[in-house]
Amino acid sequence: MTPHQVRWRAFKAAVPYTLPILAGFAFLGLTYGIYMHQSGFNFIYPMLMSLTIFAGSAEFIVANLLLQAFNPVGVFFITLIINSRHLFYGLSMLDRYRHTGWKKPYLIFGMCDESFSINYTATIPDGVDRGWFMFFVTALNQSYWVGGATLGGLFGSTIPTHIKGLGFVMTALFIVLCINQLRHESNHLSSKAGAILAIVMLLIVGQTYFIPATMILVILVFTIVYRQKELTDDHH
Amino acid sequence: MTIIEQIITVSMAVLATVLTRFLPFLIFPGNRQTPRFIQQLGTFLPGAIMAMLVVYCYKDLNFGTPSGYVPAIIAGLVTAGLHLWKNNMFLSIAVGTVLYMALVN
Repeated sequence: MTPHQVRWRAFKAAVPYTLPILAGFAFLGLTYGIYMHQSGFNFIYPMLMSLTIFAGSAEFIVANLLLQAFNPVGVFFITLIINSRHLFYGLSMLDRYRHTGWKKPYLIFGMCDESFSINYTATIPDGVDRGWFMFFVTALNQSYWVGGATLGGLFGSTIPTHIKGLGFVMTALFIVLCINQLRHESNHLSSKAGAILAIVMLLIVGQTYFIPATMILVILVFTIVYRQKELTDDHH
Repeated sequence: MTIIEQIITVSMAVLATVLTRFLPFLIFPGNRQTPRFIQQLGTFLPGAIMAMLVVYCYKDLNFGTPSGYVPAIIAGLVTAGLHLWKNNMFLSIAVGTVLYMALVN
């Protein structure tokens, strides 16, 4: 295969996986752009922020913080807390992003919830280049988000938003990917721990901190299991 | 805020986000053997992550009124049920989303 054919084949394999995200990101990106427009910002703001931050919930919060007193340290830490979940994505992708050459920095930069979930769970067909497949998933997803945010910022409230509820496409996507993950794993300890701890932490510490709190507890669960396994391995 | 302060504010958000994405790769670079604990942690985590993301999507439920949680839960259960039954990603997502939109409109 020529390099062109390799790229084309990976692109064709990647597009279908990103279609639900096209619907979700176009809609949520538009919402974000409209929100920025209504907060009085030029469309350049949502365009550049979606391109450079590229983390949905953080962008909404930064939009808010831009309207308040200058507090760079506060922005840094709130973004760090909201996006702490990315640390888990990186740990899971250490192996899969290996040997992807110059694409690796971009794959890591563009590792949003959706791109991580697809690149981790997708069964990439034989004969399709993994690096290019993951590259196209990541780049397509980012282009949908930036496109939506820019259009929303440009046209603001003139865009009809009676497509109420389309954002649910992201929830449906994660439910489906969660089930795919359940089908692939040999035991469900991790999934059960994640679900139960996340719900309990959401109830106890609330929306802002429940993700990092859950992450710490999940690592704790893993450490206990890992230790026990090592102990029993030593006995044999 | 002045334009410079705005640029700094956005840059701080970029820096923090980039840090959360790159840190594991910087601590455990590809040219060195990753410790066994971290390798196994990496294969353990995705189950917990996916479950966490689903909970994350439901974090804004409002139990004060039925319209605040019934549509999202019904559409979610239908999406899950359909996917367990037919195992067709696009069908499950499309039906679940259209059902949700029908329920909230």
